[in-house]
Parts: sequence; structure tokens; C-alpha cells
Amino acid sequence: MIENEGGCFVIKLIGVAIVIIGLLFRFNPLLVVLTAGFATGLVAGLSPVQILEAIGQAFVTNRYMSLLILVLPVIGILERFGLREKAEDLIRSMKNLTAGRVMIVYQIFRQVTVGLGLHLGGHPSFIRPIIAPMSEAAAAREGANSPAWLERIRGMSASSENYGNFFGQLLFPAAGGLLLIKGVLENAGYKVDLLKMAEYAIPTAVAAAVVAGVRYLLMDRAIRAAGSNEAGEQK
Amino acid sequence: MTVTLDQIYAITGIFLLAFTVLTVLDKKQSGLTKAGTATFWGLYGITFIWGKEIPPALVGGLVVVMAAIAGAKWMGMGEYWSATADFRRQMADRIGWWLFGPALAVPVVTFLVAWLAPKMGALVGLGIGSVVALVMSFALTRIMPVQAFQEGRRLLDAVGWAIILSQFLAALGFLFAKAGVGQVVADMVSMVVPVDIRFATVVAYCVGMALFTMIMGNAFAAFAVITTGIGIPLVIKMHGADPAIAGVIAMLSGYCGTLMTPMAANFNVVPAALLEMHNKNGVIRAQVMTAVPMLIINILLMYFLAFPGK
Repeated sequence: MIENEGGCFVIKLIGVAIVIIGLLFRFNPLLVVLTAGFATGLVAGLSPVQILEAIGQAFVTNRYMSLLILVLPVIGILERFGLREKAEDLIRSMKNLTAGRVMIVYQIFRQVTVGLGLHLGGHPSFIRPIIAPMSEAAAAREGANSPAWLERIRGMSASSENYGNFFGQLLFPAAGGLLLIKGVLENAGYKVDLLKMAEYAIPTAVAAAVVAGVRYLLMDRAIRAAGSNEAGEQK
Repeated sequence: MTVTLDQIYAITGIFLLAFTVLTVLDKKQSGLTKAGTATFWGLYGITFIWGKEIPPALVGGLVVVMAAIAGAKWMGMGEYWSATADFRRQMADRIGWWLFGPALAVPVVTFLVAWLAPKMGALVGLGIGSVVALVMSFALTRIMPVQAFQEGRRLLDAVGWAIILSQFLAALGFLFAKAGVGQVVADMVSMVVPVDIRFATVVAYCVGMALFTMIMGNAFAAFAVITTGIGIPLVIKMHGADPAIAGVIAMLSGYCGTLMTPMAANFNVVPAALLEMHNKNGVIRAQVMTAVPMLIINILLMYFLAFPGK
């Protein structure tokens, strides 16, 4: 009896299965989501036209998710006149820091700026040209410059970009992530306030700064230990 | 003075149509890529300006065309008359820290409007802030307006079709809700999770977010599925969690999953290659020991913050 019920209900999950399989096989996410939507609609007994109506209606209702388009000309102009170069100056001015501290400073810079809705960071524009070389140089000063250390320091510096980005972005009340949460919850009949959501992203943001910060400082300690070991062996 | 969201949408649509015109005039782009890119931004602009006037089924049709263009890879980059590195460096030194002025005007105006005029809200604030910042950057740089839109188009073409993915996921969530997918997932979760215990449902929601994000490589996609399946029926309806608080912490739990999966290639695998690391999972290896404690912290935060007065 229960199995029978389960069997007829499980077909409704066809959309979930399509999303998982489609994304696993690297098909275009838009096509995957569209296919999953059609399959789910058909299983729910909607006609193709009704499905198109549902998609069109949801697409129009949720246009606010893409309002960042409005900011693009401003950011584009500022970039043309050296916004990124100036941000790099800001980061570079923190010379003579240990590797871990470079990463701590960058993560907090990233969390604060992305929390203000500014997308200033990135692996290609900051980690590769600035943060990783600065960290490597700092570790080399302590004597930690083996290939294994380079690998670890590069991994850790790449992580500071991800922590800063992920655990800072929802602090901005018009962030894409918050807008998606709003959309999904309002589809289900719950009205939610963007400012309140941004406020409740603060504890996690602080926790991320602390947890990652502790790990970066522990790395610094390991670098110093490795450096003094090396020096000891050489004597 | 009241600014409505519809007016902000109209401005966005006009921007998109300006990008469309610039794409049509672009001499570097040609053939299907040019036609595809121009059609994509043009149709998208139309949904912003006349989205409410056009019958929903027709909008649905336009959306299918946009997905087809993206799926066929008929979108690409053009010629934007970008500045050289020398010019950027020179201007950065001349204008200096003022460059951050317009950039900071966007969040400042957004927050101010959200606080002082809550009826208009953060979204209208973002729209007003963008216009204020645009005027400020014109004054600061004295750039030609056409070039300003070239710079905007450069950034939008770089994002490409991904800009509408959130709207697609919302539409999928809408269809899931119509089909009752959430209830089916909830019933299945109920078989393995003791749903009477509030803490157990919170763990199921947060861990579900992290796991699904790891499988799909995308926290937004996971959010639409797991929130309709676990978050709403079990955590919000059954145990009375505040939807806003539970929702945002669930998304952050999903981000913990993003830190641990090669499926999120842009964040984890591409940077490893970019940094010439030997182990292409080296970035993930560095992140696991942060992601796991952060997931546990998020579970506790949801448990203690999302049930005020209960």
C-alpha cells in the first residue's frame, strides 16, 4: 500500500532527477532547468501552453533578480578609469605581512566590499597576480619555499577569495542570492524582507572570518616551524 | 516622490536595448554569434519593459528561445573599445581614491532607501543608487555616454546567459510548487529523519543544502529544490521557523557545500589551474577544514536564531 503510493508519487521527482543528471553531464544549465520544468509540468498534468504560461509568469515576476544589470555601466566606466588598479594599490600597501595575514586582510576586504555590493575580487584579478605571490614571498622569507609549501599556500590563498565572496555576498540587501531566496519563498506564499535577511547573514560572516582566520594563523605557525627546522638542518 | 519597481525595470530594459543596438553595430562580431547575442539581449530587454503587458505564454515562448540561443552557444564577446592597461594606470593615479565614490554610492543609496523609505525597498534603492552613481561617474570621468554603455556591455557579455539563471530557477521552483514536488521530498525525508524533533529537521535542511550543492555544483539550484522539499514543509510549516532567517542560513549552508565540490569548477578547479597547482583538487583540500566547521555553525545558528520566541 505504502509502496504503491510511493511509486506513483516518485514520478513527480523527475524534474529533480533531470537537474542532477543534466548538471552532472555539463549540459547548458538553462536547457537543463527548462527541460526539468517541462517534465515536472507534464507530470503535474499541465498542458504545454500552461507550462509556458507558468514559466513566463515566474520569469516576469522574478525580474528583480537580475537588476544588477543597472550597475554594470557604472562599474564598467570605473574599471576603464582604473578602479581595479586602485583596489590593487590598497591591497599592495599591506607589505611585510606574514602569508596568513595577507590572506586574512584579503578575505575581510573581500567580505566587506562584496557586502557593499561591489564585486572587486576574483581569482584571476587578485589571487593570481597579487595575493598568491605576496603570500609565497612572505613564506619564502621564513624559509618555507619547498614545492609542497607552494602548493599549500596557493590552495590557501585561493580559499581566501572563496570565503570572502561566499560569506560576504549575502550582507548586501540586493544580492542575487537573497533575491533568489525571496523568490522561492514568495512562490510558496511567504513574504520576506531583504534587509532582515541581510542582517541574519552577519553571524555566519563573522564566524567565517574567525574560523578562516584561525586556520591562516595556524598556517603561519607551521610556516615558522618549517622555516626554523630547515635552518636547524642546515647548521 | 515615489519611484516604482516598474520604472526601475523600464530603465533596465532600456539599458538592455542599448546593448542590443551596440551589438548590432559591432564590427568584430558576425554571423550567428552576433545575431544570437543581439536577439538574446533584445528579447530580455522586452521582458523588462513590457513583461506585464505581454501574455505570459508568449513570455514563456521568448524565454524558450533565449535558452535555445544559449544552448546553441550563439553568444559571444565583441569589440568594446576598452582602455589599455597604461591608460587605466594613468587614470587611476590621476583620479585616485575618488574612483571609489560612485562605486560606494550604489550601496549607500540602496541602504538609505531601504531604511528611510521601506515602502520602496532595497530593490528600488538599488535602481536609484545605480542612476546616482552613473551621474557621478559621468561627472568624475567625463566619459562619452556611448562608451559608458560599451563598458556596461563588456561586463554583461562576460556574464552572458548566466544572468538569467536565477530567474530560470525561480520558474522551476514555481513549477515544482505547482506539481507538489516539495511534499514528495518531505515524505521521503520523513522516512529517514525523525521530523518531530526540531533539531533533526534543521540538520536535514542544512546538510541537504550542502549535499545537493555538492552534487549540482550550484547552491541556487539546490536552494529551489531543498527549500520546497525540506525547508518549507518541515522546518517552516511544521516547526514554525521564520522563513527569512531559515532561508538565508540555508543558502549559506549551501555555500559550505560549494567549497567542497569539484562541480563548482569556477570557484575550485579553475583557480587551481590558474595558480599552476599540481593537484587540481588542491583548493578544495584547503577548504574542507573550514567548510565543515562552518556547516556545523550554520546548523546551530539556524537552530538558535530562526525560532524566535519558540
